Amino acid sequence: MIKLTNVFKAFPKGGLALKDVSFHIAKGEFVFLTGHSGAGKSTVLKLIYAEEPVTSGEVRVSGFNLAELRRRDVPMLRRRLGIVFQDFRLLEERTAEENVAFALEVTGARRASIPARVMRVLTQVGLAAKAQASPRELSGGEQQRVAIARALVNEPTVLLADEPTGNLDERATRGVFQLLRDINASGTAVVMATHDLDLVRQAPYRVIELQEGALVYDSEVDEPRDQAVTP
Amino acid sequence: MNLVIREALLTFRRAPLLSTLSVTTIAFSLFVVGLFGLVAVNLQDALRGVAERVEIVAYLLPGTPIETITLAEKDIEAFPEVQSATYVSEDSALGRARGELVEFRDVLQELERNPLPASIEVKLTPRFRDAEHVNEVAERLRGFGFVDDVRFGRDWVEKLDRLRQIAAAVGLVVGAAFAVVAIIIIGTTIRMAVLQRSREIAIMRLVGATDGFIRRPFLLQGAIKGMLGGLAAIGLSYGAYVLINRWLLQVAFFSREQALAIVGFGMLIGLFGSAASVGRHLRRV
Repeated sequence: MIKLTNVFKAFPKGGLALKDVSFHIAKGEFVFLTGHSGAGKSTVLKLIYAEEPVTSGEVRVSGFNLAELRRRDVPMLRRRLGIVFQDFRLLEERTAEENVAFALEVTGARRASIPARVMRVLTQVGLAAKAQASPRELSGGEQQRVAIARALVNEPTVLLADEPTGNLDERATRGVFQLLRDINASGTAVVMATHDLDLVRQAPYRVIELQEGALVYDSEVDEPRDQAVTP
Repeated sequence: MNLVIREALLTFRRAPLLSTLSVTTIAFSLFVVGLFGLVAVNLQDALRGVAERVEIVAYLLPGTPIETITLAEKDIEAFPEVQSATYVSEDSALGRARGELVEFRDVLQELERNPLPASIEVKLTPRFRDAEHVNEVAERLRGFGFVDDVRFGRDWVEKLDRLRQIAAAVGLVVGAAFAVVAIIIIGTTIRMAVLQRSREIAIMRLVGATDGFIRRPFLLQGAIKGMLGGLAAIGLSYGAYVLINRWLLQVAFFSREQALAIVGFGMLIGLFGSAASVGRHLRRV
């Protein structure tokens, strides 16, 4: 599904963002990617969705070998992924519904099928009633749900979430996290980068921890530990 | 395609200020180009009017038989450079002199014998009205046995030639400079429109839109803006033309083709400006 083998990533101005990182994420898994800010969590995600090239090593995602991926194949890879960010990245001047539909329109989905598919995912994230609202009228948690709906509407095999609860209060965090768990329960793999250790402890999922660009702990390979090291 | 058109038109609604600004910028840039074009068009017209008067006169030896002259006239008219060759007899030359030189009417009236020679007046077709061809034709006319002398105002034709060269050079250089400035200004405006939507472009790429898909609405939008700007420029030029005509001097306006060319130029700049800006932007994100 997602396989990193001896991945190195250099910063443009020198130094290494990732040092010899290897892991394998299987279909339908839920994985926490943890570590301090700057540990390399976002970089790992960026490599996976081909926002940045690897410096050396191999990244395979959903059948694509990213080293051989041509620029024009990147959209094909992204259509198999759902991506969610801390800052939601919604288009302010479009309604919730239009934001979700946008992801279908740009990938050339059949126009007639769009409204039903949009409504289905909005219902799934619990926002069917606010389909006509603009992002400005929605709370942070609701905006993140719209973003998740947009990520899901193309039926990805993996959902990548980069600090999806970073901008949310505790209540909204719980809601969004539960939503991600539900999504995972229905078969979609979820890779969630977070430094919220309370969240990590709440669930029995695999944890991959990065420290200064190196993989220091993988709960699937290493001895289990009661407390994650990172404060 | 439906979606492309919708997205392109949405920009005008979502960013009315920036869109109006781009159209206005394009309009004024092309207006300057257009004004200069008007000057060039009118200068050409004027030069063409002057060139109308380029004429070669072959004076004939007295006593040349009229049959010979008629035949020669036919021969001369068959020259590729020649538009018309007209025989002017001694008598009609005198008649014309009486009519034109009013001050000398008395002198001309009292002549016992007509001192004016018969001649053949040769007009060249417009594209041969330059020193080189005038010289050539004059040389050929001299070759006729019955031709006494050939006159064509050599200095004058050469000056006209120079004037034309200067007009062409200035037209080309200044026109090109204006066009380049217009392209730069329009390109910058379009780039602003692209940057304004960079967030949207980033999101499009994130959800798996192809570069072509992202590019198309911008291209269409750029072409529409360029076209609107071109139309507005024609309107502005027409306003200027009306004002100049009323207050300053009689001038000509663009032909339909020239006007279309300006609108087309605007559209092309809009199209290529957008292509360049979006392309550059996409390569960076």
